[in-house]
Amino acid sequence: MGSHEGSHEQKAKMKILITVTEKDVAPRFDLANEIVVAKSEDGKISGRPRTILLPRPSAEELCGLILKEGVSLVVCGGIEENHCSYLTWKKVKVIDSVIGPYQDALIAACNGDLLPGAIFFKRE
Amino acid sequence: MVVVKSRNEKNIASERSLLDELDLMSCMDGIPHGILIMDSSQRVVVMNRYLEALVGYDRGDVCGVKAGFVLRCNFQQRNNPFDEVILSGKSAVLEGDIINQGRKKIPVRFTLSALVPSPESVAGVLVVVEDISLLKDLDEKAHGFPGLNRVIGQSSKMMELFDLLPMVARTDASVLITGETGTGKDFIAEAIHKASKRAKHSFIKVNCGALPETLLESELFGHVRGAFTGADRDKPGLFRLAEGGTIFLTEIGDLPLPLQVKLLTVLDDKEFFPVGGSKKVLVDVRIIAATHRDLASYVKQGKFREDLFYRLNVLCLHLPSLRERGDDVRLLLDHFLRDFCRRLEKNISGFSASVISRLSSYHYPGNVRELRNVVEYAVNMCQGGIVEMEHLPAAILAEKKDDAVLPYPSEETGSERSAPPVAVPQPSPPDGPQGWKEMEKKMILDALVKARGKRTRAAELLGWGRSTLWRKIKTYGLT
Repeated sequence: MGSHEGSHEQKAKMKILITVTEKDVAPRFDLANEIVVAKSEDGKISGRPRTILLPRPSAEELCGLILKEGVSLVVCGGIEENHCSYLTWKKVKVIDSVIGPYQDALIAACNGDLLPGAIFFKRE
Repeated sequence: MVVVKSRNEKNIASERSLLDELDLMSCMDGIPHGILIMDSSQRVVVMNRYLEALVGYDRGDVCGVKAGFVLRCNFQQRNNPFDEVILSGKSAVLEGDIINQGRKKIPVRFTLSALVPSPESVAGVLVVVEDISLLKDLDEKAHGFPGLNRVIGQSSKMMELFDLLPMVARTDASVLITGETGTGKDFIAEAIHKASKRAKHSFIKVNCGALPETLLESELFGHVRGAFTGADRDKPGLFRLAEGGTIFLTEIGDLPLPLQVKLLTVLDDKEFFPVGGSKKVLVDVRIIAATHRDLASYVKQGKFREDLFYRLNVLCLHLPSLRERGDDVRLLLDHFLRDFCRRLEKNISGFSASVISRLSSYHYPGNVRELRNVVEYAVNMCQGGIVEMEHLPAAILAEKKDDAVLPYPSEETGSERSAPPVAVPQPSPPDGPQGWKEMEKKMILDALVKARGKRTRAAELLGWGRSTLWRKIKTYGLT
């Protein structure tokens, strides 16, 4: 699964990008047309997260945007191996297969608690 | 003879006891396809072991989670087929792909069946997920033409052509592809290259009619430094770049006569002099040429060298016009409708009978390219579930039926650029908006008025996503 390292490193300054659909983490990276970019410092969100609507869903264009934005951590749902490897090669951490509200995922990512395959939904 | 018996109470009781005895989970686990049952709010109730292995999630972990997040299929949010099945109670079969936890994209076929305990309510959906990656691989192997999936046809003329292609791909001889504009000459050339032993090397396409003679010579054969003003460095040329691969010379009929001589040398000796060079360059390149012109008549008129014509015409493939392809029109209409519905995220089920009749009798001077553009226009214009006559381009509507016998522009005058343009969209009444942008703006405003300013509702009416509508509102300054 996604490259996940110690929480100490993750709690430092970082820029987090989450692919979203409505209020949840988008199920697929390649089909996401909305992203949220947030900055975190010492395990807390600093400033207001930015929501960006993408002109069209495209994994390649999204990878380009991630590098352009200088993102250090990507939180997403399903992602293809080639896109994940590319981002990892470009020194971007990827935590994939996350299911649930993106705000929960963002908080967990800031705390360094987020793991690949995390599910945040409450059972009904 | 079928005898219908009314089931008596004893039978019903025995069926119930059998169902009670059966362990549903064990039954589901024994089926070699992924099975998922979701409730009416699309949350996972249960899934079998096969699906667990396919998607990579444990069923205990995802019970109660929305099925779309577990399956991760490529259905767009607003065209979610689960919604359709729950609303209509009808079954659906569709193909798509999923991305599993192992980050692998798997082509699958979904069979969705509504679970209807009482006639007035749908309790959930049974989803059967078949992994069709093996079928897809076999399909490609059977065709032997990885690039041929872009050429569609079942008419006898196309089948004859498809039968020829494996043989053409196996040889290294020059190929001449002829056919009217828009018949798919480029796709066939690329398919031949991809199925040939040269597939690992480059496929370079050059339009011989697009550049002036001097520039074309330099582009094709390269030049040495100082060959002419501005040649400050050596240029390899496209023939050398295609080394080991295929060079596709489209519009070969427009190749200037002096260059025809040079091309003949390449074909004969596999060598040429770059512009301004004194050293011969050896190349190993297969040549595929294409033209919509009648080269034989060009030879008679002295516009094309006879020796080059015979040298190129080793293997000749003629692509039939759409008029000669009979039922392929219907096949292509359905194919492009599905394609554009997917791209434009629309939910159009088909064409009305009058539209099919009109489009089947139209003469398509621009062939498949024109048909594709007509369907794209119709899908853009159609806001309902069926393409009607008013969604067709004005030029198609204005066309009289007896125009179907109009001859295609002669080879003398006809060219890719001079081919009759695809119907220009002018569907609005005289006092209506002009152009697509104006039309789209009007559609947005109408939808917003209908939805009383509610953007989510307006987006639904337009068949767009909320974000698409938001972006377009911003683009047109409607805020």
